[in-house]
Amino acid sequence: MNKIVKYVIADLLRSRTVMVYAAALLVLSFSVFSIEDNADKGVVSLLNIILFVVPLVSIIFSTVYLYNSAEFIELLVSQPLKRRTIWLSIFTGLAGAVALAFLVGVGIPILLYAFTPSGIMLLLCGMLLSVVFVSVALWAAVRIRDKAKGIGLSILLWLYFALLFDALVLFILFQFADYPIEKGMIAVSMLNPIDISRILILLQVDLSAMMGYTGAIFRNFFGTGWGMAITTLVLLLWVAVPVCFSTRFFERRDL
Amino acid sequence: MITIQQLSKRFGKLQVLDDVSLTLLGGECVALIGPNGSGKTTLIKAILGMVVPQSGTIFFKGNPIGRQWEYRRDIGYMPQIGRYPENMTIGQVLDMMRDIRKMPEATLDKDLFDVFELHNMLDKRMGTLSGGTRQKVSACLAFMFKPEVLILDEPTAGLDPVATELLKDKILAERSKDKLIVITSHVLSDLDDLATQIIYMQDGRPLFHKSLDVLKEETGADKLGKAIAKVMAKEAAGKGVTV
Repeated sequence: MNKIVKYVIADLLRSRTVMVYAAALLVLSFSVFSIEDNADKGVVSLLNIILFVVPLVSIIFSTVYLYNSAEFIELLVSQPLKRRTIWLSIFTGLAGAVALAFLVGVGIPILLYAFTPSGIMLLLCGMLLSVVFVSVALWAAVRIRDKAKGIGLSILLWLYFALLFDALVLFILFQFADYPIEKGMIAVSMLNPIDISRILILLQVDLSAMMGYTGAIFRNFFGTGWGMAITTLVLLLWVAVPVCFSTRFFERRDL
Repeated sequence: MITIQQLSKRFGKLQVLDDVSLTLLGGECVALIGPNGSGKTTLIKAILGMVVPQSGTIFFKGNPIGRQWEYRRDIGYMPQIGRYPENMTIGQVLDMMRDIRKMPEATLDKDLFDVFELHNMLDKRMGTLSGGTRQKVSACLAFMFKPEVLILDEPTAGLDPVATELLKDKILAERSKDKLIVITSHVLSDLDDLATQIIYMQDGRPLFHKSLDVLKEETGADKLGKAIAKVMAKEAAGKGVTV
């Protein structure tokens, strides 16, 4: 398994896209922190950009990479290797490379400007989010044979998680504004890894006061040890479930 | 060495393999021939576990392959179109395969590596190679780990005449070592010197499986090409079609 991970990472680094991504994040974070004088304000500004960019890059880059390495995968499948090992190695390599790029690109500025709980939370959530969207990309790419359709699906998935989901939630919120749905909102937010990350980071920044009664409920839930444990578990499930499904599908797939 | 029982495979509505049963033994060089789309490559991919059949079983040395993977250690596969990661160099691809197969350096079969003079271009990226050079790399990889079974899908397509002869010599040398060699090719004249058995596939099922000598005797032809043409003509006549 380690061997294939090694070759996947070597292949990824040769393509330079990951390097450019890390450099772009680095420039972005440095510029945000040099504009904002307050560390927490910097984190919030950065948060909004990151929650948009990281899922997009992770999912599109991974999907494109998977389609482009169809030959590589075919070559490996004809060798004495378990399909499960091949697929999980590709996942590990991709997730490792994307998360590492994020760690370098955002980690260095945070270390210098905002080494606070909120900054560290941003770093952790960003890395987990990268892995989540690599995992979702794996599922999309294994299900659809056609490259254009596959990339289309991953763009749609990103749109859904980054924009449409929030719109839907807002719609429900307004429709049911007269009912006590705050607790339900916590459950609903678990359905979107981007939302979970946003709430987790905002709570660290202490902006929850601005979120009204729902914010207080969130604080009560996410602020506690149990809440954090459950949230982390849910985020990990967001990684594990798509990987699991895609592995099962890949094991039965014709190449 | 390989037994195939009632193998069927459908891609959507297209029946690619239809109830195929075959027995392939060591020491034979089996030529798999047939028109385009007759299921040759799919049959090969099924043996390699790259295509999962709807029904039927393939036995490799008596064990059903199911979703096993270890058995592929004994197979050298040369694909029809060798496709490799574009960014890797020839040297890196060879290293990676050696790494995967875990065979000691000394026991590797480097004959083809030497005769194709690949050591001069170890640093070339796979993406920049010509089709023929890629074929050379594929051939080299298929033979390198001394497998007991060699599966060669269109091995001579894209190779220059010199390389074709070198590859044919290598195949003959391996045949004499009691290995099973499965070749598909449309160049019947190449198969004339190599094959000992002929399987003719049509519409996803083997039309016949005979030794080359028997086939030549039956048709009274001295070349494989002519023999096949005669069989086809007879087949067409049987169906009431004039050729």
